[in-house]
Amino acid sequence: MRYLPHTEEDIADMLQVVGASHLEELFSSIPEDCRFRGDLKLAGPVTEWELNDMMAALAHNMAVAPEYKIFLGAGSYRHHIPATVSYLLGRSEFSTSYTPYQPEISQGTLQAIFEYQTLVSLLLGMDVANASLYDGASALAEALLMGARVTGRKKVALSSLIHPHYRIVVCTYLEPAGFEIIQIPYGLDGTTDLSGLREIEGLAAVAIQSPNFFGCMEDLSGAASCAHDAGALLVASFTEPLAFGLYKSPGVLGADICCGEGQSFGIPQSYGGPGLGMFACLKRYMRSMPGRLVGRTEDRDGKPGFVLTLATREQHIRREKATSNICTNSGLCAVTSAMYMASLGGGGLRELARLNYDKSEYLKGELRKAGFGIPFSAAGFNEFVVELPSGSEAVYRRLQDQKLVAGLPLGAFYSEMANRYLLCVTEIMSRQDMDELVSQLRAACNSLAGN
Amino acid sequence: MKELAGSSGLVLNEPLLFERGKRGRFGMSMPRRDVEYFPVDEELAGSGPDFPDLGEVEVVRHYTRLSTWNFGVDTGMYPLGSCTMKYNPKINEKLAALPGFAGAHPFLPTELSQGVLKMMFDLERFLAEITGMDAVSLQPAAGAQGELTGMLIFHAYHRSRGRCRSKIIVPDTAHGTNPASAALCGLTPVKVCSNERGVLSVEAVASAMDEDTAGIMVTNPNTLGFFEENIRGIAEVVHDRGGLVYADGANMNAVLGIVKMGAIGIDVLHLNLHKTFSTPHGGGGPGAGPLCVGESLAPFLPVPRVVMDSGLFRLSSDFPLSIGQLHAFYGNVGIMIRAYCYILSLGSELKKVSQLAVLNANYVKEKLKGILHLAYDRACMHECVFSDKLQAPLNVSTLDMVKRLIDYGFHPPTIYFPLVVQGAIMIEPTESECKEELDLFVEAFGEIVKEAEKSPELLHNAPLRSKVRRLDETGAARNPRLTCAGVIERGKDTA
Repeated sequence: MRYLPHTEEDIADMLQVVGASHLEELFSSIPEDCRFRGDLKLAGPVTEWELNDMMAALAHNMAVAPEYKIFLGAGSYRHHIPATVSYLLGRSEFSTSYTPYQPEISQGTLQAIFEYQTLVSLLLGMDVANASLYDGASALAEALLMGARVTGRKKVALSSLIHPHYRIVVCTYLEPAGFEIIQIPYGLDGTTDLSGLREIEGLAAVAIQSPNFFGCMEDLSGAASCAHDAGALLVASFTEPLAFGLYKSPGVLGADICCGEGQSFGIPQSYGGPGLGMFACLKRYMRSMPGRLVGRTEDRDGKPGFVLTLATREQHIRREKATSNICTNSGLCAVTSAMYMASLGGGGLRELARLNYDKSEYLKGELRKAGFGIPFSAAGFNEFVVELPSGSEAVYRRLQDQKLVAGLPLGAFYSEMANRYLLCVTEIMSRQDMDELVSQLRAACNSLAGN
Repeated sequence: MKELAGSSGLVLNEPLLFERGKRGRFGMSMPRRDVEYFPVDEELAGSGPDFPDLGEVEVVRHYTRLSTWNFGVDTGMYPLGSCTMKYNPKINEKLAALPGFAGAHPFLPTELSQGVLKMMFDLERFLAEITGMDAVSLQPAAGAQGELTGMLIFHAYHRSRGRCRSKIIVPDTAHGTNPASAALCGLTPVKVCSNERGVLSVEAVASAMDEDTAGIMVTNPNTLGFFEENIRGIAEVVHDRGGLVYADGANMNAVLGIVKMGAIGIDVLHLNLHKTFSTPHGGGGPGAGPLCVGESLAPFLPVPRVVMDSGLFRLSSDFPLSIGQLHAFYGNVGIMIRAYCYILSLGSELKKVSQLAVLNANYVKEKLKGILHLAYDRACMHECVFSDKLQAPLNVSTLDMVKRLIDYGFHPPTIYFPLVVQGAIMIEPTESECKEELDLFVEAFGEIVKEAEKSPELLHNAPLRSKVRRLDETGAARNPRLTCAGVIERGKDTA
């Protein structure tokens, strides 16, 4: 096996040094009743060339662009990834290193993460960002735990238009620790109904996602004033950070903590993971933050450099009193997103965001013209809900046979949303792709109505 | 200083991203605009973040230069104890990037995602076979999230039996993530100490285990590099009092094909795919921390789970006792693919991996014994723990010695952990290193110990050849500078 460099001669020499007669003897400290004496029943070993074929066969069994036109978003977005980003993150000095505990030989990762923290803070309009969490969902759970630490309260309110999976993750994290979780309903325009929020007492945090799960922009400043009047923190969640190239950032609108999924920024979709938990907050809450932080400092010669800092918040120092249990995070994905943000620049980000918006507005308009309902009136970014006539499952399947995935059926997540679909359009989709979707939808609906 | 193969050389300076660039430059090809402009709600519109604008060459050079300041497994030996920094096969990177995997949307209809679902289904079975456990969830995104998942299962199990328990036994040799994960579930850690052989005794566990204790978290082999030889007795005591046994699988690289955790009394176990199964650590992730359980705990595993009905794989959330979900989707699939490829490439030769990892650790232990003080003089598993006891009288510390290792072209071992060994130097060579590399590593340590006697100031000042020298960590924490100076303030002014 090429990953194992030992020759028979090496093994014999080394065994002699350690005073063992054969490899088995190395395990003599394991009691016999703990030993496994059989052979592992595993496939393989396979050669590199066989492996190539096996994996190609599996990959072939997946529906991906360009063969399929996939109008799915809902927390995972297909964007163009520049070749430079994939190339640079493949530098094995980045990918094969460990968490930068030894700063003298980790300045590459440390500076890249320090720059990432600055880019994310700028993007979200916050003061400080951490070095990343796993994904947008666990980042939201961590934000609410942080809200509880800051306020000393154990009740949180979640908008029902936060990604449904994120809400489940929040419940999974918080319920065993005795938290009370209140869901805030949504209104007719497709945004969170904040009207009942002021009546809830003892809130630690209010969490709102913007753009929300239906693709609509929320009134974050309204939510901030409700939350702050109640002595609670506003946690702004997101799944599509590109929106902040067009719209005001959550920080400008009054969020105390802002967190979400950074996959859109140069990270492949990979069936949902790995993603990137972006996490930022106001400076006054910095010491309650979860996760790693990189700080600037100087070396003995006064040369600038970077280190992991404020480690007294963390599990390897504080153990059970740590602000989080997180250790390994999404470091390489954070560096990837920084490479993407650096490639795009401020000008590129604004232009790309606007293009996403305009394409989505174009498709919305064409669907309206074709007679389909667009139930929510609130402003959106690159996703929106469309209503199809009843019996839409057959329409959806028919399009699927034509290699068009017509968005996400919402009925599985909101019982009142049968026949409604969440469509996503990024810069990937051409006008022709969108026209094709509209005409196929119309054809399918007509033909099924005719039957 | 003696010149070794990895002694350092060319280092180029590179400013911060924010000190580069010029308005009007682009580093990315802007997609064609084939639709008109639509009006935007002016109330909501913002000015966008004030990122620097760089050209493509600037971006490439920036990150290429940064990368050269990093040490990775591809650069040299990385003997970081309990982190298992083994070689990361390149073919696995290529295969995880196949468009069918990398481009797959997590909400694809079932019929359109059979390839990934089959991979996940098979990987679960592989891991069950390797660990001797019955059911596996691939969802946890890292080891610590696997631990949290395990503790949530402990909590759900006890609740399902009518009574939540408030404490958990955690040995003094445990990783910090263990007590932190338990605390997230409202469990108070109770520390038990290892004995003079560096392992837990049945008696110590028995005296801590009561009817209000949810169970125990054991790392096996433990962080001293020893197999917890009393594990079956410990499991019996814990089970007798209604508790469960959790195993932290961070050190599984020692026992692949040697021990099946399911057969020695373990109820719940997490694995680290980025340690044992060769996926790259990425400078701090992403990893993956699959959770393996015995049959009776399978109903509590996170959803969705991959199931197979009449030849079709699908995701199912129809498990009413499940603790819920921990990831936005199904876990770090890109990492799972790499581990899957690794296991296929090795097959039953995985046993050889553990044999050689243990051989390497024992070889280094024998060769370094005498040069450094060995904390426990007995055969080890995949890692061995030394200390600075012999050098302390020379006023040379563990930190000084390992910083000097950097000048010799090696990544330092894990230091000052486990906490039970003062000045610990914890070395895990992994199976990836050949004998010559290990000999060089031992030789470097030998040189350093000589330097400690003759010119300790060399060690106090080390490293001397790295990009930067020792950094002021106290100052960094006292006056945190977490973003580029002035950039955030300027950003707020323009917003």
